Amino acid sequence: MKLSINGASHEVNLPEEMPILWTLRDVLGMTGTKFGCGKALCGACTVMLDGQPIRSCSTPISAAKDKQIVTIEAVSEDKIGRAIQQAWVELGVPQCGYCQSGQVVSATALLQNNSNPSDDDIDNAMSGNICRCGTYNRIRDAIKLAATKSGGAQ
Amino acid sequence: MNKPLKNESLQTEITNISRRNLLKGFALTGFVLAVGMPFAGFAEDEETPKYGRDAMPNGWVDNPLVFVAIAEDGTVTIVCHRAEMGQGVRTSLPMVVADELEADWDRVKVIQAPGDEERYGNQDTDGSRSVRHFFMPMRNVGAAARMMLEAAAAAHWGVGVDEVFAENHQIKHQSSGKTIGYGELAKAAAALDVPEREKLQLKPADKFRYIGKQSTKLIDGEDIVTGKAIYGIDVQVDGMVHAVIARPPVYGGKVKSFDDSETMKVPGVIKVVTLEGSPPPAVFNPLGGIAVIAANTWAAMQGREKLKIEWEHGENASYNTDEYRQQMLKSASSSGGKVLRSSGDVSKALETADKTFKADYYIPHLSQAPMEPPVATARIQNGKCEVWAPTQAPQASKDTVAKWLDISSDDVTVHVTLLGGGFGRKSKPDYLVEAALLSKAMDGRAVQVTWSREDDLHNGYLHTVSIEHLEAAVNADGKTTGWLHRTVAPSISSTFDASSVHQMPIELGMGVMNIPFAIDNIQLENPAAKAHTRIGWFRSVANIPRAFAIQSFIAEMADELGQDHKAFLLDLIGPARKIDPVELKDEWNYGESPEEYPLDTGRLRRVVEAVCEKANWGRDLPAGRGLGLATHYSFVTYTAAIVEVEVSEDGDLTIPRIDIAVDCGPQVNPERIRSQMEGACIMGISLAMVGEISFKDGAVQQDNFDSYQVSRMNESPREVHVHLLPAEDFNTPLGGVGEPGLPPIAPALCNAIFAATGKRIRDLPIRYQLES
Repeated sequence: MKLSINGASHEVNLPEEMPILWTLRDVLGMTGTKFGCGKALCGACTVMLDGQPIRSCSTPISAAKDKQIVTIEAVSEDKIGRAIQQAWVELGVPQCGYCQSGQVVSATALLQNNSNPSDDDIDNAMSGNICRCGTYNRIRDAIKLAATKSGGAQ
Repeated sequence: MNKPLKNESLQTEITNISRRNLLKGFALTGFVLAVGMPFAGFAEDEETPKYGRDAMPNGWVDNPLVFVAIAEDGTVTIVCHRAEMGQGVRTSLPMVVADELEADWDRVKVIQAPGDEERYGNQDTDGSRSVRHFFMPMRNVGAAARMMLEAAAAAHWGVGVDEVFAENHQIKHQSSGKTIGYGELAKAAAALDVPEREKLQLKPADKFRYIGKQSTKLIDGEDIVTGKAIYGIDVQVDGMVHAVIARPPVYGGKVKSFDDSETMKVPGVIKVVTLEGSPPPAVFNPLGGIAVIAANTWAAMQGREKLKIEWEHGENASYNTDEYRQQMLKSASSSGGKVLRSSGDVSKALETADKTFKADYYIPHLSQAPMEPPVATARIQNGKCEVWAPTQAPQASKDTVAKWLDISSDDVTVHVTLLGGGFGRKSKPDYLVEAALLSKAMDGRAVQVTWSREDDLHNGYLHTVSIEHLEAAVNADGKTTGWLHRTVAPSISSTFDASSVHQMPIELGMGVMNIPFAIDNIQLENPAAKAHTRIGWFRSVANIPRAFAIQSFIAEMADELGQDHKAFLLDLIGPARKIDPVELKDEWNYGESPEEYPLDTGRLRRVVEAVCEKANWGRDLPAGRGLGLATHYSFVTYTAAIVEVEVSEDGDLTIPRIDIAVDCGPQVNPERIRSQMEGACIMGISLAMVGEISFKDGAVQQDNFDSYQVSRMNESPREVHVHLLPAEDFNTPLGGVGEPGLPPIAPALCNAIFAATGKRIRDLPIRYQLES
């Protein structure tokens, strides 16, 4: 089947129930999207499917038919995505960094839909993404910084 | 001294850190890394006792030719020999080198050393000691390289070396003002002798460019946020196949029989391999089991689900943590255990006391659960094995893999990737051995073995399970006259000696022996406790239960005596004084010299005072809100925390704010110290609120993040305020940073809950205990 990933078309010959995560990582060699739980519990594998954040470890490739997948590798091509990444670097958000691909994708999706999120909005959008190092406070600050820089928040 | 380094070997070192570095590489002329010879920076002397960096296996190295390369384009490459797992060591140690070297951070690249302690010095990244032990050696490295560049510039201009000085990536001639860049000097500088250590001119602290400043950018920050950073799981080697393993669910168990006929029908499955385990003690050995090797990880997982395995569980199948808790409580309830220290007469103090106190505190097993589960990739070619892995213990990895392959350690290369979290789990290289054994079973083909989250929780090296039993005597004047502590917990030593039932000096030196209290009668005991699972290190280790018990107990005493908790705590700590750890019979003292690192109650008092001031201790709060205080000394660093909670009538808990004050001596990278403290606050809340691994019939009952919960953003403190207390200067001894933030959080939280609700928590996790 055909998969559209970061604007490019990929022809893959795989079982339809294969998760997007392992297709990206082990078949296409795109390792930015991480494995953390395999059960849609931690958010490390978050990618966008037609603009919505989804857990790629539990989403089969069949669900991506005729849809656009955007992964961490292409987030910087989006203006809001780039603002999120820059805010992350500016505030020194990452510790080990492993969950941050998923955090950045979730945060980008949030700001794309809500240019000035409240603390509760941030909690709602980000609480599916676990950070074992405990960078939550800086993530919250970085989302607000990116919102300000993108012209959303006052 | 400067043999040119082969392109391939350096490239291999770089490969797994970032693709950006891999693509760019760097020019290999100029000031190059030396190869092939060890540069021991410390004297091997068996006679005198060794402490700190000198006491670590393979000690330390401060030769610039081992750690610094300068290309002709001026790019400075610095080797980081300690593992990066979020503590920021790939920024902090190279930053120290760059500072002394007067290098421009924007022109610095960092490459990761493979496991080779003879060459780099100790690489065990644990115990909160990378910066503590390598600050000085890395300053020497930078200073020596800077002096070589200065000498080369002086020779180039034909002027005296005292007429030139280094500044921001170039050497300047004082009188003429002319300058020359590091890149231009690199080749000539490399030909000079390395200055003797005694002649090194270190920078005065007021000239520091990065050390002690807030401004240094994370070296891997941009790669992390763009998905380019390479962790263990991201390693890709030509021809690589993927494996998962069905391991014995019970510690010491093994495969009785299995049927893989359905597994072999799964598309993508290549081979099923039986892995021999080894009987306890676990050491760093693989657990054995049945491995499924496939074209991709998902196919391997599908194949594993289809395995039919009959296990022989062995004697630990009787392990039930509910029952074990009762056993531990029984052991803790009477004397007769090993006596660790006895001063005065605690029995008499308790008998004659005006008031006595007694409590047991329980903390269950915990799993480190780093977001990147254990994973390793191995390949064997021409009798040599290469492993790529996120490991905290590169040298132990190398040696253990060699032992299992029955080859020389020199024939094993361990490439250290970024770690997607470690917290102690990745100090044990069992998963690297698995990858190596599977590569061997595939005739040397590269195999990546990935642990699922279930594997990580079911087959870990867990934080111990513990009862801390405390009793205290208080006389009519309100003075504490007696202190009895029985600590009951399976020891980490059981992982290395199956018959071990008592705790090691390392564990006892985490808040049992080295209590700072001014009390006349003290008795410390350690009843026996047998391990039934692999016990390992978890960030802060045994400090977690000790701080929880002792700091909760003191708050309970203060409340019962009608005293302010802060005043009572400071009274118990007593006046500012420096206590000799030897007097406390603390044989460990975090590996540090007792003279250089006494237990300083003045510093402990100071963090308590500071956090109380910053959090406005004693302020009026509305009903349902409360402040909780706790302090703890660990990893030769002093911390105190105040947690503020709000508990609704239904028992819903929120945490508006945490303050934490830290005295870790001189602050090399304050920005990363702050981030470590913030993270410790979250992890502390997480383990106190929801952290629990339990066993039934020998097997772990939690499978994934639904049953083994860790705190999420909406459950975390809304604000964390870190207060770094300054040290006198950079010549005072450094303390640890990665771990000391964690221990005071759980007791501060439970003390806050008591203040808010009157409910005392003595068993963790808190979970549903607040529901009425």
